[in-house]
Amino acid sequence: MKILRNAAVVPVVASVVTTLAFSGIAMAGWEPKKPVDFVIMAGKGGGADKMARLMQSVIEKHKLASKPFIPINKPGGSGAEALVHLKQKAGDDHTIMVTLNSFYTTPLRQPGLGVDVMTFTPIGRMAEDTFLLWVHKDSGIKNVDEFVKSAKTAGNKWIMAGTGKGQEDQLLTNFLNKAYGLDMKYVPFKGGGRVAKELAGQHANSTVNNPSEQLGFYEAGNTVPLAAFTPDRLPLFKDAPTFRELGQDFVYFMQRSVVGAPGMSKEAEDYYRGVFTKVYESQEWQDYMKKKSLQGAFMTGDELKAYWKQEKEIHKKMLKDIGEI
Amino acid sequence: MEILDHLLQGFAIAFQPLNLGLVIFGCALGLFIGAMPGLGSVNGVAILLPMTFLVPPTGAIIFLAAIYYGAMYGGAISSIMLGIPGASTAVATTFDGRPMALQGQADQALITAATASFVGGTVSVVLFTLFAPPLAAVALAFGAAEEFALMMLAFATFVGLGGDDIPKTLFSIFIGLVLSAVGLDIISGQPRLIFGDITGFMHGINFLVLAIGIYGIGEMLWTIESSKGEVKISQATVTVGRVMDSLRKFKNYGKTTLMGSVLGYFVGILPAAGATPGSLMAYGVAKTISKHPESFGKGNPEGVAAPESANNAASTGSMLPMLTLGIPGSPTTAILLGGMVIWGLEPGPLLFVEHQEFVWGLIASLYAANVFSLLINVAFIPAFIWVLRLPFTILAPLIFVLCIVGGYAPTQDMHDVWLILIFGVAGYLLRKLDYPLAPAVLAIVLGPLAETSMRQALLQSNGEMMVFFQRPISGPIMITAVVLFLLPLFKLLKARWRASKAANPGA
Repeated sequence: MKILRNAAVVPVVASVVTTLAFSGIAMAGWEPKKPVDFVIMAGKGGGADKMARLMQSVIEKHKLASKPFIPINKPGGSGAEALVHLKQKAGDDHTIMVTLNSFYTTPLRQPGLGVDVMTFTPIGRMAEDTFLLWVHKDSGIKNVDEFVKSAKTAGNKWIMAGTGKGQEDQLLTNFLNKAYGLDMKYVPFKGGGRVAKELAGQHANSTVNNPSEQLGFYEAGNTVPLAAFTPDRLPLFKDAPTFRELGQDFVYFMQRSVVGAPGMSKEAEDYYRGVFTKVYESQEWQDYMKKKSLQGAFMTGDELKAYWKQEKEIHKKMLKDIGEI
Repeated sequence: MEILDHLLQGFAIAFQPLNLGLVIFGCALGLFIGAMPGLGSVNGVAILLPMTFLVPPTGAIIFLAAIYYGAMYGGAISSIMLGIPGASTAVATTFDGRPMALQGQADQALITAATASFVGGTVSVVLFTLFAPPLAAVALAFGAAEEFALMMLAFATFVGLGGDDIPKTLFSIFIGLVLSAVGLDIISGQPRLIFGDITGFMHGINFLVLAIGIYGIGEMLWTIESSKGEVKISQATVTVGRVMDSLRKFKNYGKTTLMGSVLGYFVGILPAAGATPGSLMAYGVAKTISKHPESFGKGNPEGVAAPESANNAASTGSMLPMLTLGIPGSPTTAILLGGMVIWGLEPGPLLFVEHQEFVWGLIASLYAANVFSLLINVAFIPAFIWVLRLPFTILAPLIFVLCIVGGYAPTQDMHDVWLILIFGVAGYLLRKLDYPLAPAVLAIVLGPLAETSMRQALLQSNGEMMVFFQRPISGPIMITAVVLFLLPLFKLLKARWRASKAANPGA
């Protein structure tokens, strides 16, 4: 039974190491009594997943919690699986989740799930991810005017690659089609990294990637950002104007928030709020935000709920516009 | 000779005491992670990722890559010894590895697997060293149409896999395809076949769930029935002589191993493919080009050498798009990519220029990881063999527990455990009825990839089917696939023609 015993030692060693690392810290008030389920409503390797693992690393490195946070990916059904899981965990003090904008869109598109995100516990908004319009350098397109001209000529042969159907990228594509009278074709791919590659390999004509997804190709000079869906120009891409500057009053962000199961106890809520406030303030998180052009201040409690409410309404309208609901 | 310079620098980094220690520790850990069903390299790397904050980024990636590598070696162990694939990448290894173990050749199977892994790993690292930047361009040129063509090629290599009964083979493929359609459809954004709102189906049916069900539970039921309780697995003894003998025999499979290495490497480079399709394709090709295709599935060592060389080669290959394009070529590299983000490294075309120490240290460490994985693996073979000496009454419950844990661990969802039991029983019954099951496993791996890429390509081409044949890369691949599909038909016609000619010599 040598192999079996040795193999079983691996997770045991891992947990012993973490437990040792955490012992000896005492904080007043509520503390988790067992490892915390850290649900990620997206697959392994995606933007949300990377961020969740960064948060987990920061928590472990600075010993911010007395019990480990265990990431669990539940990517099924554009986050539907994760949302339902959290709903079923109502009242649980040991289940939290990292969310993105499918937090709004999936329950709107699938009312059958019976998920009301307003019942979830607001722990903290860690950042807002930004979006830009990208084209390949070899297209010769340098600004939005030229983009509109080329895309108009190409008609529905102009390919916009994006992540899943009815999600952020398609909402933005729809906005561009409407605002500039275009007929771009939206082709969904799995994950933002894959979308970025489709543009770099010129299998698509344009994308609306987050900076973190295009950064590698941008720095190598393969792709060009034309304009940003933000209120102000992004420090990383100073030459790209905002759509607002170009006369289109349109701003769009992707939330990166941590939420708790519905009906979580007040003590637990406060505890997680404390942990993630410290994560937000950590050097690692601040560096990451700067490097990936993330924006947004830390937001929690009623303020975060009000933000959700406002964003939910915006997404409802956008989804109606493209006929998804 | 710039490359050689870089590589030497890389070796200087990889052989620093800390990094070398991390390689050895990582390989040993990976070996056991790989051997545990359900604890594949993905989970192993994910669990240990936060620990890597303790060492510099180069040491961290070296450690995680060594785990990834070791797990590729380890996956074969439970495939061969227990008939349960230790990881999804080792499913094809069960096809011939398990029969070999039952025939008392477990030691030879293990040594073939380890040696083939070594060759695959080393060949691919050499290819990686020499051609990394130009091959990144190849990966970039691969769009949806090319991906679909490649999937067709993979299916074509499996035409002969099911044996002679073509309707039963087709049935098996279609079952696999239907199962692969369960879950969210990425193109329409709609859930499919989730039976109302069973949330467990939303993440689709994990390929490992099917494989553990069919090969783990199914195999156990089969053994219980066929032995009527008096199981006598022919036991293998391990002596130095037998090990040397197995190593000598290995050169007979050199051609197959090289084929598996090169094929696996190229499949690994392509985003979205990874080691599992790579190893299945290598198995299919090995059988197609073999002079004795009928011996596959019955304990042919080439059936172990091909997938094992391919999965190691593919795991090296999938690091290429990860480093140069920032796209993971496999689920494990997706986690490694997340690690690079945490360490503050930006994957992309400039990584090779700006972080040479990191890249070349990693490449050099892969050479070392191969050597140590092989040594550790061979050293532990007597311990693995010992498992087979256990009475079946002890082994069977143990396999059962491992299957359940292996199914539960990745998603932590009881839904998958029930599915494993259902697939186990169904797989056992289908096997009794003489249905080949490997095609179903292949279909559930390749089905979603083929479907998505076909629909993406057709969206891009406005429904024009010729897109698959007109593009410079997808065209030749597609034509090769079509030829391979038609080959058995052609052979059949030729045989008939010969037979009729023999019957009527005058005609």
